[in-house]
Amino acid sequence: MPVGDYSIFSVMKEALRGHTGWGPAWRDAEPKPAYDIVIIGGGGHGLATAYYLAKEYKAARIAVVEKGWIGGGNVGRNTTIVRSNYMLPGNIPFYELSMKLWEGLEQDINYNAMVSQRGVLNLYHSDGQRDAFARRGNSMRLHGVDCELLDADAVRKMVPFLDFENARFPVHGGLLQRRGGTVRHDAVAWGYARAADRHGVDIIQNCEVTAFRFENDHVVGIETSRGYIGAGKVGISVAGNSSRVAAMAGMKLPIESHVLQAFVTESIKPFIDGVVTFGAGHFYISQSDKGGLVFGGDLDGYNSYAQRGNMPVVEDVCEGGMALMPRIGRVRLLRSWGRHHGYVDGRQPVHRSHPHQGSLFQWRVVLRRLQGDASGGHVFRASDCTR
Amino acid sequence: MRINCPCCGERGIDEFSYYGDATVTRPDLTSPTAMAEFVAYAFERANIPGPHRELWYHAAGCHLWLVVTRNIATHEILSVESARDVALARNANAKGSA
Repeated sequence: MPVGDYSIFSVMKEALRGHTGWGPAWRDAEPKPAYDIVIIGGGGHGLATAYYLAKEYKAARIAVVEKGWIGGGNVGRNTTIVRSNYMLPGNIPFYELSMKLWEGLEQDINYNAMVSQRGVLNLYHSDGQRDAFARRGNSMRLHGVDCELLDADAVRKMVPFLDFENARFPVHGGLLQRRGGTVRHDAVAWGYARAADRHGVDIIQNCEVTAFRFENDHVVGIETSRGYIGAGKVGISVAGNSSRVAAMAGMKLPIESHVLQAFVTESIKPFIDGVVTFGAGHFYISQSDKGGLVFGGDLDGYNSYAQRGNMPVVEDVCEGGMALMPRIGRVRLLRSWGRHHGYVDGRQPVHRSHPHQGSLFQWRVVLRRLQGDASGGHVFRASDCTR
Repeated sequence: MRINCPCCGERGIDEFSYYGDATVTRPDLTSPTAMAEFVAYAFERANIPGPHRELWYHAAGCHLWLVVTRNIATHEILSVESARDVALARNANAKGSA
């Protein structure tokens, strides 16, 4: 049975009882014959969508079907960064909505997602890059998003150990979004799953979709490894598997699946308190609360479903790190992992309806962005009810 | 991943640049449906796990364009051909069927 609200009192009570009273955070639901809405894909976007839908339409019967287990996919395979430091008009409101949702998320879903607004600092290394960052910063501020352009001295106060006088890429300053930061990515999945479950959403794990069933051009249900499930509407948010699922519905997408690697080192004492990105290569780093340095860089750059990358990119990312902060050179790499996700030119989410006119079939293809999880769910929910 | 270049032998992928799907061909600009065909040519991909024919360029080697057949689910490389040979064979087939 799901437990009640988490609070300091429930933690104290359980401490006295030897933590014997905690139940599962959500039900391991069995599929029912039919739902009003079925979301395919139990990642960050799918769970957030289900949660906001359930919150909005209290009476609706909603299910999330996931082929693996909750937290086993891309939502746990990123570098935990959340930010809204984008430049273009369509982008900024989307990610800023997400940022605002992150800010109130833990109270909203009653779950500690370890949202930490520790600041995201993008470094610039030349006059030209400074101009570009000033433009980005102005664009953000025009949209009401916080940001500050720092000179080298201000950056030095924050992160004194950078290689400021690097012969090729001296650090001239940075663009800082203080409201950006990190979240515990697994907790995002678990928190949304628990919150959706508490609103009556069935989360069905180990349930792989194998086909869609259509009647008169309307989707009426899905065939799964756990049997047929009827559905009034179907939402899809399956990241790198989008093309496979789309093919079952007879659609071809402007998407290719790529692999992006991320890395974590052994734990060290507090070293970097925010997120720092290198502007002359592709390298971004933060430190987890456990002490490991978490960092990443470029895509591997070829199509892949393998969820692992290759050595040249590992080397390139580590070189970027060494160019920026040589003192991490003695830290040992613990592990690296890859996530595969759909890519489209422009690198943004694709919202698509099924081409069949009048079909109650909403489409969402989701890409790399953890920071879009909250607003992605929100917007998908919105597009569903305003369709 | 290592690619067995027909000219240079087996080399690491850091010597190569990736150019994507090798199965699409540039549509006829004068076709009445050219717009839709170009959209499909530029963007729409099957993107299904399994063998994938793709173009690689041996930039740090012999500068040969290659058509590599690679299983994108496992990264296993199944075959490597010269893109020139592939194109010539495709043109010969097109003429033969015309």
